[in-house]
Amino acid sequence: MSEANDTFTGGSSIERESARSQSDLYRERLDRYVLTPFRVVWSDWRTRLGTLIILFYIFVGTVGVRLVDPPEVGGPRLAGIFEASGYPLGTNNLGESLMASLVHATPPMLKMILAGAVFATAIAVVLGTVSGYKGGTVDAVISTIVDIAMTIPGLPLIILIVVTFEPSSPYLIGIVLSINGWAGLARNIRSQVLELRDNSYVEASRIMGRSLSGIIFDDILPNIMPFVLISFVNTARAVIFGSVALYYLGILPVSFNNWGIMLNRAYSTGGAIYSWDSVYWVVLPMVTIVMLSFGLVLFSQGTERLFNPRIRARHAETIDDTTPMEK
Amino acid sequence: MRYIVRRVGQSILTVLSVVVLTFLLVRAMPGGPVDYLRAKLMQSRTGNQISMSELQSLAAEYMNIHPGEPIWMQLWYYISSLAQGDLGRSIWYGEPVADIILQSAPWTLFLLTTSIILTFAIGIVLGAVMAYKEGSWFDNGSTVVSMFLNSVPYFIAALLFVYVVSIQLSLLPASGNVASGMEASFSVAYIGSIIEHSILPILSLVITGFGGISLGMRGNAIKEIGEEYIRVAHLRGVSGRRIATRYVGRNAVLPLYTQFMISIGFMFGGSVILEQIFAYPGLGYYLLTAINARDYPLMMGIFITITVAVVICILFADLTYSKVDPRVSSGSGESY
Repeated sequence: MSEANDTFTGGSSIERESARSQSDLYRERLDRYVLTPFRVVWSDWRTRLGTLIILFYIFVGTVGVRLVDPPEVGGPRLAGIFEASGYPLGTNNLGESLMASLVHATPPMLKMILAGAVFATAIAVVLGTVSGYKGGTVDAVISTIVDIAMTIPGLPLIILIVVTFEPSSPYLIGIVLSINGWAGLARNIRSQVLELRDNSYVEASRIMGRSLSGIIFDDILPNIMPFVLISFVNTARAVIFGSVALYYLGILPVSFNNWGIMLNRAYSTGGAIYSWDSVYWVVLPMVTIVMLSFGLVLFSQGTERLFNPRIRARHAETIDDTTPMEK
Repeated sequence: MRYIVRRVGQSILTVLSVVVLTFLLVRAMPGGPVDYLRAKLMQSRTGNQISMSELQSLAAEYMNIHPGEPIWMQLWYYISSLAQGDLGRSIWYGEPVADIILQSAPWTLFLLTTSIILTFAIGIVLGAVMAYKEGSWFDNGSTVVSMFLNSVPYFIAALLFVYVVSIQLSLLPASGNVASGMEASFSVAYIGSIIEHSILPILSLVITGFGGISLGMRGNAIKEIGEEYIRVAHLRGVSGRRIATRYVGRNAVLPLYTQFMISIGFMFGGSVILEQIFAYPGLGYYLLTAINARDYPLMMGIFITITVAVVICILFADLTYSKVDPRVSSGSGESY
């Protein structure tokens, strides 16, 4: 390596030697945890496109809302796409800019997704690993709870809870929407952990007397990460579906913009759906919802590669060339 | 045998916890059902004051709630009358809740069983073909189409169908379960009308659902094809058809079982939205009407019915599964 040669030519004090290895270490870490995953993500068109789509929505939700003013009543009514200047995606029957409505519905949606997915994934990982690894009575109790949560039909329950407690914060709505979304994942993780717990290296850790949390964090969790990431994305999708549906039905309190509310207005306000002229009003929110969900699906379909050690090895610079290549 | 007892016990526990949950949720509702009932009754009998005892007997009749008693006694009354099949009376429709459920449940079951069967049949066949033609243009094309359709929410598909097929093109009816004014009979016209009204709701679920199944099936089948025993079977001269159906097919379908169970619950839940969009008078439609009208007895009755339906479906799937897949063992393993 050329860097190694540089240090030799530039004097040979011990400090420099350790500084070199220190910076090497950081570079290696950067390569392992940031650059390699990035290269793997980039090598697959699905994850590449998925990442771009997700980044686009995050961009719209953070920067976009500052560039586009919130929708206001009183513009030209029912203007088509690019018909009125200042309203690139047209307006609805009240003269609200559709683009502004779409953009300003993004941040609450992202908040809901984040809260719901973090909530569901965290519960699923904790319950799944503990129940799978501990076995015995602990497993029996947790499994029963998981099975019950999995059987309760989610949407009717969510509707009942929403009607009862009328949550208005997007974070809270996100959590309510994924209230039993964790169950399927917890069950999956449990069966994965059941396979892992009898692996020789886990057994070695156990004989060496490592703590339960140590074993779970170091030996078990890294193996189920692909699963966790994929289901994180799936929960995100479920939150989008659920929130849009409930906003469309008018069950969630209208406290901020949402694509579901836009759909509801397009369908319920007189005349909009009876002519082809206003098709953009109906289709735009649909495209927005489907695109975000498509981005998430692409991402999760491609992520399996991210955790395949052979593919990682091919893209890592810190692993030298003697590593056997994939055929 | 022990397994069956355990699973049945678990199902009963599930239903029981849902009953308790609904009871507590309804008690926690702002205003509460008793206040609501009082307001409702005040409205209908203008001027007439109703006494507290009268209200209590009405509350007991309508929703098996006895306001004067301590909460655990109330829960007990509630559960025991549910166990006797008494779901109370709907405030909105004025009919017994059980009657409304008996009328609407068959429609929901019809929609959902058809959708689930079609979704899985299409998904499994498509996934298997994709796996056998792995890497071909057919595989790549189907993968992209499956992924795309899978990312369309079923109600978006439903809304799009209503907009394009029903309203703009007037090809199929947009709402209801049969043409209005038609007498129930076993005539061709009546059954034809039922089918005509069910095409769009079923299509919305199937078209957005099969993609996930086919991708799962494709992955499982590819994994199985790569296994050693398939090579051995080839070398032993087992016929290609037998390998495809008995070896690869069977082993690739079995892991879809969890997905199947989740989709039962998902579709039952989804019927609330779907039936609302198509004004299809099934359980989901009445549930939403009940929620919007704050009709507590109807709301609780339907929610509990849906749960029982899902629990029975999953129990059935679970018990038959261990027959199909001998690898399923009920041993719980060593505990650490």
